[in-house]
Amino acid sequence: MARAGHGTRDEAPAAEADFVQLLNPAGERVEHADYSLEIAGDEAKGLYRDMVHIRRVDVECTSLQRQGQLALWAPLRGQEAAQIGAGRALEPDDFTFPGYREHGIAWCRGITPAQSARSFRQVTNGGWDPYEYNHAEPSIVIGNNALNAVGYAMGVQHDGAESAVMACIGDGAMSQGDIAESFVWASVFQAPIVFLLQNNHWAISEPTERQTRIPLYKRAEGFGFPGVRVDGNDVFAMLAVSRAALARAREGSGPTLIEAFTYRMGAHTTSDDPTRYRILAEVEEWERKDPIDRLRTYLSSTGAADQEWLDGIDAEADAAARELREAVLSMVGPTPISIFDHVYKEPHPLVDEERAEMVALIGAEEAGSLK
Amino acid sequence: MTELTLAKAINEGLRKSMEDNPKVLLLGEDIGKLGGVFRVTDGLQKDFGELRVIDSPLGEAGIVGTSVGLSIRGYRPVSEIQFDGFVYPAFDQLVSQVAKQHARSEGAITMSLVVRIPFGGGIGAVEHHSESPEAYFAHTAGLRVVSPSTPNDGYWMIRQAIECADPVIFLEPKCRYWEKGDVDESAPPSSLFSAAVRRTGTDATLVSYGPSVKTCLAAATAAEAEGRSLEVIDLRSISPLDVDTVAGSVEKTGKLIVAHEAPVFGGIGAEIAARLTERCFHSLSAPPLRVGGYHTPYPPSRVEEEYLPNVDRLLDALDRTFEF
Repeated sequence: MARAGHGTRDEAPAAEADFVQLLNPAGERVEHADYSLEIAGDEAKGLYRDMVHIRRVDVECTSLQRQGQLALWAPLRGQEAAQIGAGRALEPDDFTFPGYREHGIAWCRGITPAQSARSFRQVTNGGWDPYEYNHAEPSIVIGNNALNAVGYAMGVQHDGAESAVMACIGDGAMSQGDIAESFVWASVFQAPIVFLLQNNHWAISEPTERQTRIPLYKRAEGFGFPGVRVDGNDVFAMLAVSRAALARAREGSGPTLIEAFTYRMGAHTTSDDPTRYRILAEVEEWERKDPIDRLRTYLSSTGAADQEWLDGIDAEADAAARELREAVLSMVGPTPISIFDHVYKEPHPLVDEERAEMVALIGAEEAGSLK
Repeated sequence: MTELTLAKAINEGLRKSMEDNPKVLLLGEDIGKLGGVFRVTDGLQKDFGELRVIDSPLGEAGIVGTSVGLSIRGYRPVSEIQFDGFVYPAFDQLVSQVAKQHARSEGAITMSLVVRIPFGGGIGAVEHHSESPEAYFAHTAGLRVVSPSTPNDGYWMIRQAIECADPVIFLEPKCRYWEKGDVDESAPPSSLFSAAVRRTGTDATLVSYGPSVKTCLAAATAAEAEGRSLEVIDLRSISPLDVDTVAGSVEKTGKLIVAHEAPVFGGIGAEIAARLTERCFHSLSAPPLRVGGYHTPYPPSRVEEEYLPNVDRLLDALDRTFEF
């Protein structure tokens, strides 16, 4: 038993009865009055493959950080269903605004794990061309991306386009002023946006109780749009609810808040030590609700996948992880001189002057060498 | 050539930009039906509609934060912060998003947006309505900061700022909104980021921008009566700085005084003094001096005359450079 620190909960886990669940922790399909999902075996297998891959990425990147090959990694273990379910509900024309832990959403947008690792390797502060994947750069400041997403959604609305925007936020972000403002803007302009709130129960060391006295999804009602709590470890429920919310946005009915009720199984980042603030029993409880385990059980029990197929996915993920490792190890850059490249789009005399200073100081060759 | 107030000149510039480019949107508090508390956007919502002139909810982070998203989508948002002292709720969006999106995306995202802020004092206002926050923004790489001091510049600089591919903080000297001047709509006076010599002289250089340019010109007139010939430079752009124009003047006069309403400590005057000292050390016959706000909160406006740079304080600084 790990230490019982100040994060000990004296209350039972928040009421789960009122969340949307379509696949229970035992791997059984369950019905919900408002949401349903017809899903073929191949599609379900695709979701499983996504989740296994992204969990394997997490393991590999955590190792790479421990080996000094990444400056940091923000693990998503436990949140695979929340991200893959929401991510696979998106259409190519939709646009997403991630935080820094959205490697699963990024995966669904077509961004490779190696691209996701670029900023953690610190070869860049970005990682990809947002317009190539309709996925904004990672956002490390908490909550600001939701306002950027609403602005983008207002632009979509102004264009008369039939696409939606998804803003990724967490339980900690719900205390930020930018989130309150983004809810106001989205509501009054009926912006085509879905707020994907991954409530993983911990904002670094602070439990959700430090952010709220009411279930977070209920806040939406006060802003004038629907909020729905979903079993965030159920990829079917996440897919169904996300599809419905995105469709609602695309048809001009305004925003939705989806609270994916999930759990951050790992540390906040590789710099964090969760044993200082949370008890092992809580982690073990959530282990029993694992999103991948329940889908594996479902696939096996329904005959959609046999052990050979499941083993094949594991092997495929291992192979992909080896490729990821090689890609990360071979990532070099930036050059010192490149820090001046995109400060401004148009010429700026001070930047030009300082670029010349660097060249004069360390020489053109050194300034142009990949680090 | 048309005679307009600064407020009307900016209004006309906004109108022309909106006519030229359908991607230009205005957003801010009370900018629609009311036309803005200073009427700078007067009539624009009537002519361009509520989709292009958006009365926003009351939240500065929201105004700037949604501008970022609109810009990523390909719009050219021109937002208004109602008063200088209200821009701080948007500070994170300006510094961490507006300024850094282009760099973070390795050039993929173009952050073309303008944030208009009526700034400065001298209008007898209450707290938070008279501040000069330019140094905060000039300190941030990725932002450009400009300020027109004349109606002609107001008309042209707002148009140039909107056309600029980089984000521009557009500081409007609110105490000059109602002063008239000729606007030549046929051609822009110069690039957005170049300084202008407003008065030529030989004995000392006065550098300023925005509301204090007029004060410097008045000081130059007063100094002339005392037999001193002052050159007055209007920076127009605070970031980037047109150091060449100032250096050319200082090499001629050997004396430099920088005036602005913002507190002098850690301010634009300090930056100019440091750069010009480095560049023109052997031309200077006295240390550069700064005249500006004190290291106090902006005071109750009953005593703002003592806080702001005025002709007496400028002439006193001039005497000190000559006595050195």
